[in-house]
Amino acid sequence: MNALTLVLKSGIRDLARNRWLLAYGIILALVAEALFFFGGTGGQVVLSLLNATLLLVPLVALVFGTMHVYASREYVELLLAQPLPRTAVFAGLYLGLALPLTGAFVAGVGLPLLVHSFGADAPRGALLYLVLGGAFLTAAFAALAMIIALRTDDRLRGMAVALGAWFLLTIGYDGAMLAVISAFGDWPLERPLLALMLGNPVDVTRVLVLTSLDASALLGYTGAVFRRAFGTALGPVVAITALSVWCAIPVLFARRRFLRRDF
Amino acid sequence: MISLDGIRKAYGTRPVLDGVSLALLPGRVTALVGPNGSGKTTLIKLILGLARTDAGRILMDGMPIDEEGRYRARIGYAPQAPRFPENLSVGEVFGMLRALRPGAATDESLLDAFGLRNEWATPVGKLSGGWRQKLSAAAAFLFVPDLLILDEPTAGLDPIAAGLLKAEIRAARADGRTILITSHILSELEELADDVAFLCDGRLRFGGPVATLLAETGMRRLEPAIAALLRGLRVEDGGARAVSVAQGCA
Repeated sequence: MNALTLVLKSGIRDLARNRWLLAYGIILALVAEALFFFGGTGGQVVLSLLNATLLLVPLVALVFGTMHVYASREYVELLLAQPLPRTAVFAGLYLGLALPLTGAFVAGVGLPLLVHSFGADAPRGALLYLVLGGAFLTAAFAALAMIIALRTDDRLRGMAVALGAWFLLTIGYDGAMLAVISAFGDWPLERPLLALMLGNPVDVTRVLVLTSLDASALLGYTGAVFRRAFGTALGPVVAITALSVWCAIPVLFARRRFLRRDF
Repeated sequence: MISLDGIRKAYGTRPVLDGVSLALLPGRVTALVGPNGSGKTTLIKLILGLARTDAGRILMDGMPIDEEGRYRARIGYAPQAPRFPENLSVGEVFGMLRALRPGAATDESLLDAFGLRNEWATPVGKLSGGWRQKLSAAAAFLFVPDLLILDEPTAGLDPIAAGLLKAEIRAARADGRTILITSHILSELEELADDVAFLCDGRLRFGGPVATLLAETGMRRLEPAIAALLRGLRVEDGGARAVSVAQGCA
């Protein structure tokens, strides 16, 4: 077994028994099940879960991830004192965080959706995109958490930065987009808006799921633009590519920081 | 075996180590001492490759240590504040450590001596500070390393466990292994140390055998000699006067 696999295995074993992570998965499952239980149809449940996912997944990945990296600092030092390459320790540490977090999300949201997705009217595409989008968000925000914890030695400051990043990407960014739309309402904003949307993984996930649900009317004029751009077969490909880039870039930055950092 | 040659290290604009040259010899225990913030932990981290030098060289058997860290297969390290994944059991931690160095010879005598096998299934998160320290020390000795780096190894250990660990350190020295130890318990260093490396403000103020330090400070025992270095004083004829600037740390 190589070094990466060993570090990853120990990380997964550790977090799979973490009570907070178990609670996260169980709460997601209870919310999804409750939405179905109280009479929601597939589409309504997906919309409700989408809102919860877009707020909760980045928050949990950032806060839990930052805390986990801080708590692992001495363990990482111990690993780095072994005859292991830093790249293997980094990969094991990142995947050991991202995979259990993603697993908790996929199990918590995915299993109830899977159980209820056998009906004729089940929006299977939207269900799939919701689970996929949540998994990508988890991976991207776990990497952002690693960057924050590796760049900020002060734990309190690191947590503040993590919460600030969550606020900026889940709430602030949309506020800024609305401000742009309102200020330049008379201008043709389709292309700039699409570009702006691709600049935030939360928005990419939202649009990916909404356009597959035929609920883009909820987004008004912008929704129509997104529907035109993403309603084709190419749309999900572009969105998933954007989400992949949103995972890869923070991971590369975190890796660079990890390799250069003094511990 | 390990030699440091003109090591410099700064964090930002703050110099931490300034031109430190030191040799750690086989079959000897070197006590790394100095006040808080003198650069002891940084020196250890540089040897382990956890931090990188700004200038100078670290040689192991005359060869510069490599970036990939293969030389670390010959090092056992017990950190000051050991932490392992909280939800892994003691057995799982040792299983992983063994798997990290497949084929390496192992010495599990400390595992047995500390009674860690009785805690094999206990999650690390449920161990007390003393038990974690035992786990860390046993892990450091596990691979019969040529170089042992022990940062405050007896902190938190009960007297019996501390005695067992000191016996293990003496046995390692008798085997011709190199040992670098830091401790604020000077009586413990007195028991174990053959050489002393005294750091102050990032500079090596004294590096050499204990006998030389005793002669230079005019003390009969290591404990007051180190204390004198820490205070920058030495007692002579019932009075105190400053030792040379090269040695003092006032």
